[in-house]
Amino acid sequence: MTAASAPPMIRVAGVDKFFGPLHVLKNVQLEVPKGQVVVVLGPSGSGKSTLCRTINRLEPIDSGVIEVDGQPLPAEGKELARLRADVGMVFQSFNLFAHKTIVENVMLAPVKVRKTPAADARKTAMELLERVGIANQADKFPAQLSGGQQQRAAIARALAMKPKVMLFDEPTSALDPEMVQEVLDVMTGLAKDGMTMLVVTHEMGFARKAADRVIFMSDGEVVEDSTPEEFFSAPKSNRAKDFLGKILTH
Amino acid sequence: MSVLTNNLDLFLSTFGQTLQLFAISAVLSLVLGTLLAALRVSPVPVFRGIGATYVTVLRNTPLTLVFVFFVFAYPLLEIVKIDAYTAAVVSLSLYTAAFVCEVVRSGINTVPVGQAEASRALGLTFTQMLGNVVLPQALRSVVPPMTSTMIALLKNTTVASGFAVVQAGSIRDSLSEQGENVLLGLLWVAVGFVILVMPLTYVQQVFEKRWSVAR
Repeated sequence: MTAASAPPMIRVAGVDKFFGPLHVLKNVQLEVPKGQVVVVLGPSGSGKSTLCRTINRLEPIDSGVIEVDGQPLPAEGKELARLRADVGMVFQSFNLFAHKTIVENVMLAPVKVRKTPAADARKTAMELLERVGIANQADKFPAQLSGGQQQRAAIARALAMKPKVMLFDEPTSALDPEMVQEVLDVMTGLAKDGMTMLVVTHEMGFARKAADRVIFMSDGEVVEDSTPEEFFSAPKSNRAKDFLGKILTH
Repeated sequence: MSVLTNNLDLFLSTFGQTLQLFAISAVLSLVLGTLLAALRVSPVPVFRGIGATYVTVLRNTPLTLVFVFFVFAYPLLEIVKIDAYTAAVVSLSLYTAAFVCEVVRSGINTVPVGQAEASRALGLTFTQMLGNVVLPQALRSVVPPMTSTMIALLKNTTVASGFAVVQAGSIRDSLSEQGENVLLGLLWVAVGFVILVMPLTYVQQVFEKRWSVAR
């Protein structure tokens, strides 16, 4: 924890969300302090991706409060766009802009949203691509890159906005096994640099190594909230034991 | 052949008028149709309603009736006086815009939803998202149906002959006044339209090739 008086970077309080009759988030409570890396685990359909997407309002919620850096999420419009600019997001399916080159992908939002001059934006973009190890791919189109390279480009694109917090929605789930590590390495590097991160993933190795906290979700509820050591060695709930039993034995 | 050679001036000038009517209406309907498509995919329900109503009304009205309205009914409203030529341009543009709107909207629907989500997550506004990310990608799949819509517009310009606007569709009247063989004349009008459509087909091929790269 940083200074106790500072508001948490993300505060989720009493959040409910329905998809039709399906209750996908049930009274979810979660606080992510500045600089902390929180990994959200859980079986598929547990609501973890939905939770991640509610934080920048890609999914609107039905009740409850979500605050980012002390500011409640505004309704759809210019103000929400401003808030989203400060919240980086990385998707399972990369979602790079297919008609733009890698460097143009990274430059677009700084130029259009932050009104950064194109030359400066390009310079920053190249530095970021260097950092994620794909500067030599800058002038290619997304479809010409491997999945791992695309996801690293997507991380660079999110970082170009200098976000206060980064959301990762299963960033390695669509990748071939040999490409998972290169993406996780970039994320571990970010965590070391003190970025506030909320990571929905199935990568237990990453959770053990880089997380400050592990959240375990099941059926739309936060079932456990503990340190990685605690969670993996002595899970409290039966549901978590069951989940860990399934994934650690295979 | 003599029908054509004897009346070459008539053919050239009327087809010139057709081209002019087409060019102005094409530009106007492309602009208006794209704006309408933006309305129809907007997050604001009122805008979506306006777009949908426009398309329903204009697409379901026969073009001749749209002409009748702007040539005969609209002047009675005494808002802004327009001559028959302007009325033709307005009718063709408003009518075709409804079709352009639906073509553009179908193009927008081919762009994966993740592209829009990524734009929103980066803080782009709706118009920035549409203009920089979604529409440029939508255009690729829009080229063939848009060409068809433009070809239909080109041929629809002949409806204006019923409303005292001289263009290629009026050739029949002039020829019959001069006692020429009208049927042969109409054959040449058809040939004229085929010649006019060919460049459109060529433009379609060029755009399809240019935008097919880098998927």
